[in-house]
Amino acid sequence: MSGAVLRMGDVVTSFPGPEGRIPVVDGVSLAVEAGEVLALVGESGCGKSMTALSAMRLVPKPGRVDTGTIELAGRDVLGLSVSEMRRVRGGDAAMIFQEPMTSLNPVQMVGSQVVEAIRLHERISAAEARRRTIELFDRVRVPDPEERFETFPHQLSGGLKQRVMIAMAVAMRPRLLIADEPSTALDVTIQAQILELLRELQRELGTAILLITHDLGVVNELADRVAVMYAGRLVEEGERSQVLGSPRHPYTQGLLQSMPSRARHRERLHEIRGVVPRPHDWPEGCRFSTRCERVIERCRTQVPGITEVSPTQRVCCHVVADEVAR
Amino acid sequence: MSDPTGDALLRVEGLRTWFPIRAGLMQRTVGYVRAVDDVGFEIPKGRTMALVGESGCGKTTVGRSILRLIDPQAGRIWFDGVDLLSLGRRELHRYRSEIQIVFQDPMASLDPRMRVRDAIAEGMHSFGIGASESERTERVAAILERVQLDPSQMSRYPHEFSGGQRQRLCIARALAVEPRLIICDEATSALDVSIQAQILNLLRDLQDEFGLTYLFITHDLRVVRYLADRVAVMYVGQIVEEGATEQLFETPSHPYTQGLLAAIPSVDPENRGIAAMVRGDVPSPSNPPSGCRFHPRCPVAFERCRQEEPPTFFRDGQRSRCFLATSDPPPAKPGADSGASARAG
Repeated sequence: MSGAVLRMGDVVTSFPGPEGRIPVVDGVSLAVEAGEVLALVGESGCGKSMTALSAMRLVPKPGRVDTGTIELAGRDVLGLSVSEMRRVRGGDAAMIFQEPMTSLNPVQMVGSQVVEAIRLHERISAAEARRRTIELFDRVRVPDPEERFETFPHQLSGGLKQRVMIAMAVAMRPRLLIADEPSTALDVTIQAQILELLRELQRELGTAILLITHDLGVVNELADRVAVMYAGRLVEEGERSQVLGSPRHPYTQGLLQSMPSRARHRERLHEIRGVVPRPHDWPEGCRFSTRCERVIERCRTQVPGITEVSPTQRVCCHVVADEVAR
Repeated sequence: MSDPTGDALLRVEGLRTWFPIRAGLMQRTVGYVRAVDDVGFEIPKGRTMALVGESGCGKTTVGRSILRLIDPQAGRIWFDGVDLLSLGRRELHRYRSEIQIVFQDPMASLDPRMRVRDAIAEGMHSFGIGASESERTERVAAILERVQLDPSQMSRYPHEFSGGQRQRLCIARALAVEPRLIICDEATSALDVSIQAQILNLLRDLQDEFGLTYLFITHDLRVVRYLADRVAVMYVGQIVEEGATEQLFETPSHPYTQGLLAAIPSVDPENRGIAAMVRGDVPSPSNPPSGCRFHPRCPVAFERCRQEEPPTFFRDGQRSRCFLATSDPPPAKPGADSGASARAG
């Protein structure tokens, strides 16, 4: 159980545009080590969800992974057949989404959906699968699991639906759980319950989690390491305490400074000027250069390489590279 | 009838907005969704009041009731000394310009077929602001500039703008009719952090510049602490706690408020560890629990909470609907608290 459960190397995922394909994930490399929680954060449209979907080979058509390597639980994802890939999903790797209804069948009782998922991967009797499902419901603290087995998704609250989703996802004890904004649509008290549950499961089952979120508070609660994405590329990566405590990339710094919780009452908030550019407007060189306060000439023309500011913290920024070189 | 208070621009008393549940062939009313059930608060001129709570708590219905987009069953809504609920349609029209609302989703509140200039000038025309079309166009340009949009883009359509820019358009449209109260219903909730900061700064600046009063309806407690002067926490149709922002965040008295605050994740790496103090799900407002509506989820509930509805206790300018709260000692002056009439009706 050592080594990375997910390793992505220079992955490019693109969608067709009016003038050729537009890469929405543009050369992303990352690794999720066994048992760890890696948070992939960024604002809407930065490509974080597409990165996760690429790892599971779930990029919706007409999008596709163009180049790069993706290794999931020791297997080359891009080389697997459709049926082999189906066995990986829900087996070694599972995914949960912001909106549980995208993954639950509205006209099937929730219990039998979990039973089906289990029997897809294991040859056991229906009765045995039912017993396991009720155990799982109990484990993710669905109240009255026997009764809930017989309910339809719409009869459950948002929090309970998310619990059912999580039960289904961890049924085969996956080595990697990809959680895409798992608590974003939930009320804050329900979010706290779901985050607590994810943390427990990760500790008990040793499941690694790739957490996709825009919420830096959720990152702080759950992550061991953090990777920050902007306009299709990773800009910073490091331990949670490094990225949230001493961020080096101007974008990460700006994001944290613009949080209202960091400001005093009615104190002027730090703004990142401008708007998040859309994929077809991504600038040359460093993609943050159009909004960056510390921009220098080189940023507008050259793509910054990776600078290691510590053995565990890496940043893609010309200004930081110059500082470190000095 | 006149408003009994001095500097409050808005004073809501005993507001009740129930929605009938109809069933059967004759569509008889078989019950009510008690969306807002005896709510009261006031906002002084130029201040910001936040109404917070989770989905279904009734905060949005309060906002819509104030605008009379929904007609409440009972209560009073004093706006600058006039009870809006006593007005007829014609009289109400005047006040519609004085109270504006900005919603979470700008695309849902901007007509996609209307040019920005017309969307902003529409309200001015309706309320007789600006003598001519050209004068209104000039005013539109000035307002766009004020919300940091390019006036030369006024003949564009909403879809040509980004999410944050569209929210600026909605704010511009609200400002165009010279309101005194703006209701912001989750106005910054759908925005990315970097854009949210821009909009919060803008709202803050506009408030200082025009002396605006805000009712901020949101579930985002970080924004509340940053922006609001006072906070009212709603749970299943009722205000369970209300007080000055810092005081309420520092010394929450109601177990629900305590649970909400404990559930906000911090971004400080030294400060990790939210607590899921509040168990279970929000109950339905069509069938609220007996006694205290929070008792099924409350970590400290006892027998009395299941049977009796707790009264509101007032202490140090903070009020709490919980048996564990206490009131100031007896010689406290009646009406000294800003929300003193919350239990009326």
